[in-house]
Amino acid sequence: MRNMLIAKLGLLIALTFILPASTLGQQADQPAAQPAKHMESHIGNLTGDSDAGRLLYFRYCWGCHGPHGDGNGENAPYVTPQPRNFVAATFKCRSTPTGTLPTDEDLYNSLKRGFNFTNMPSWLALTSQERANLVAFIKTFSPRWVTEKPGTPIQIPAEPALTIASIKHGGELFQKLECWKCHGQEGRGDGPSASTLTDSNDQPIRPYNFTSTNRSKCGRTNPELYKIFMTGLDGTPMPSFADVVKPEDAWDLVHYLRTLQYNNPSPELAMWESTAEGKAIVAAKRVAKYTETGSGVKP
Amino acid sequence: MDVRSMWGSRRRSRCRTTLAGSAVLLLVILFSCSSASAIPAFARKYGMPCSSCHEAWPKLSPFGQQFKDNGYQMGNDRDAPIFQSPAYWPIALRITPNWHLEHNENTIVDGPGGPNSTTATVTTRGFDFTGMDFLTAGTLAKNFSFLLVPSSDETGAFHFESVNVRFDNLFGSTWANIKVGKFELDNLLSEKRILALSSNGGFYQNYHFQPWLAPGSPSPSYVFGLGDNQLGIEWMGHSKNDRTRVSAALLQGTDGNPDFQSGIGGAAGRGYEGYIAASQAFEIGSLGLQRVGGFAYFGQAPTFPQYTQNDGAAIFGTGIGNKPYYRAGFIGMWYFKKLDFTTMYFYGHDNVFLATGTQSNLGADGLPTGAHAPSWNGALIETHYTWSPQLVLINRYELIRMKQQTLDTNPGDLGNVDALTFGFRYYPFINTRAGFAFHNEYSIVWNRKVQISPTTGLPIDLTSNSLFFGLDFIF
Repeated sequence: MRNMLIAKLGLLIALTFILPASTLGQQADQPAAQPAKHMESHIGNLTGDSDAGRLLYFRYCWGCHGPHGDGNGENAPYVTPQPRNFVAATFKCRSTPTGTLPTDEDLYNSLKRGFNFTNMPSWLALTSQERANLVAFIKTFSPRWVTEKPGTPIQIPAEPALTIASIKHGGELFQKLECWKCHGQEGRGDGPSASTLTDSNDQPIRPYNFTSTNRSKCGRTNPELYKIFMTGLDGTPMPSFADVVKPEDAWDLVHYLRTLQYNNPSPELAMWESTAEGKAIVAAKRVAKYTETGSGVKP
Repeated sequence: MDVRSMWGSRRRSRCRTTLAGSAVLLLVILFSCSSASAIPAFARKYGMPCSSCHEAWPKLSPFGQQFKDNGYQMGNDRDAPIFQSPAYWPIALRITPNWHLEHNENTIVDGPGGPNSTTATVTTRGFDFTGMDFLTAGTLAKNFSFLLVPSSDETGAFHFESVNVRFDNLFGSTWANIKVGKFELDNLLSEKRILALSSNGGFYQNYHFQPWLAPGSPSPSYVFGLGDNQLGIEWMGHSKNDRTRVSAALLQGTDGNPDFQSGIGGAAGRGYEGYIAASQAFEIGSLGLQRVGGFAYFGQAPTFPQYTQNDGAAIFGTGIGNKPYYRAGFIGMWYFKKLDFTTMYFYGHDNVFLATGTQSNLGADGLPTGAHAPSWNGALIETHYTWSPQLVLINRYELIRMKQQTLDTNPGDLGNVDALTFGFRYYPFINTRAGFAFHNEYSIVWNRKVQISPTTGLPIDLTSNSLFFGLDFIF
């Protein structure tokens, strides 16, 4: 009888714990969140509509990004770097902290600007409304847009005055933070680690070559350059330095990086060349110039 | 691809039927030119579907227009050939097997009374094919682009439709682009990208119209078509987003023909001509991108050769006694989401010596009695309903109305034209490698009083109908 009681008690205890556990298991087995079928985007006064964006996507975008937005369009095997996977919703150019979703405006600006050294062109020829519609449609590919909110854009402090000291300090940071390992000592994207880098798709990815253009991946202005190393380029080896670099140091780094773009006039380059040291360094780089367009050395 | 070149030989056979009818068609043949069309080589290079650059190929989208204006460059610093696989070859070809019917009323034919003694309604139909275009285009290096289009008629006789090199974004500015060679004028309404293919609908009447000297007698002295590719140099500038576009060209007065030939008369080649165009686009909410613009062509043509040989044959390029002509117009491109209208007003004017084929050194005394400098107005409305990138419905109506006849004795409506075209193109697939379209079209053109009835001796109309079903492909 006592054994029976113990058995019943044990069963009760077991049921007490197992049932909820099984319920938890059922919850865990529930399907993951689904992407929204309809989304809006909000950029200034514009409201984008995903239904209108769908038509545009299947006119302009699917060849690379694929009909399901997973970056597996029919041309994806021939595109380097690979087209963005909108299902993963990992975006390089953001104003928001690393790991967070970008704002609608971030995506809108990416469409407007395009990405140099990739197959993604600028869609400036489209109307503002069309770009907003496309942003809305892109958000229907990933459940992240349902379960998460975009990150809060980082604060960009006012740019301090440009000085020789800030350029030199930026150069020191370039060494200290080991930027050179990927970007190379001269910023040509040929550092010792460059050939080993891969993106989140395990595809080789090349570090940015500062000497090739004055456009960085996510813009051409100083604040845009500042934003890149404070937010990182998610999906690439380029990390966020927000926790490592103080804002004033970040500006110094911006000033220094501009001097690496020695083929593109800028106040930073002009100031750097006004010093004997800077003039000699830049002159040496110019003589050693090679171009990716095959146009040869141009001293 | 130039559909007019496709139809050259068929037109030639029709030419035999009637002098007046042949004059209309002959002008088309002489103006024959080909095009830029759609170029899958670009789709293959950039991995983008045809629909990116073409609302419905070959008609450009605003994105495609920007790409073209930027020197066939996306601007990603990956446009130069050095970034392409060495196996990449920037070439595409286009041709259109088809079945078509031509139905011509009031065709002058031989009869019991002798040669060309009566009129008949002549219908011809059957399977056929067009001429072919090779389209090679792209960049030679960053900001150096080219276009080369060897083009054949359906007999396989080739000519060079486009041969040009363009220096893009000079001084780093989108406002400084220079093109040299043979090229299409900066026409907003591009005849090279026309969405109609039939012998009647495959060109713009307004672009090629020249006034008639008299019923049965076409304009005798020079050849010109605003839709024809021209030889010369062009400056073109545009805003970065391509909303503002301007261009000016200095052109050889040969209507694009090589070796200083005019295509008719042989006296041309000494004069330079000019063309200017400008347009501005603006956004209206979700309706789309609207564009308005204007254009003007200032031409001059010689009225006689300075030197002849072999008993009167003009030496090419020695034409003198130039007299002017001009064409001008305004154009609007209006978008209401999937529906768009292109509207155009056109005005033309020819010098009286050109219109009458009179040597200018003869002075006014050499002109026919009651001769005037002819002028005319024209209009066009072309509608597209782009259901999706795979289906576009097409409708076009053109008219030309003479304002001033060349001779007082002419009927007031001599040469007036009405032309109606409608149809649709269905693209069963859209990809990044090639293009294919089922093309279906009907077109009718009324040319007023352009021939003389052999039975009554009175001016009569010439009416031409075309029905066209084609398999239009480009690879």
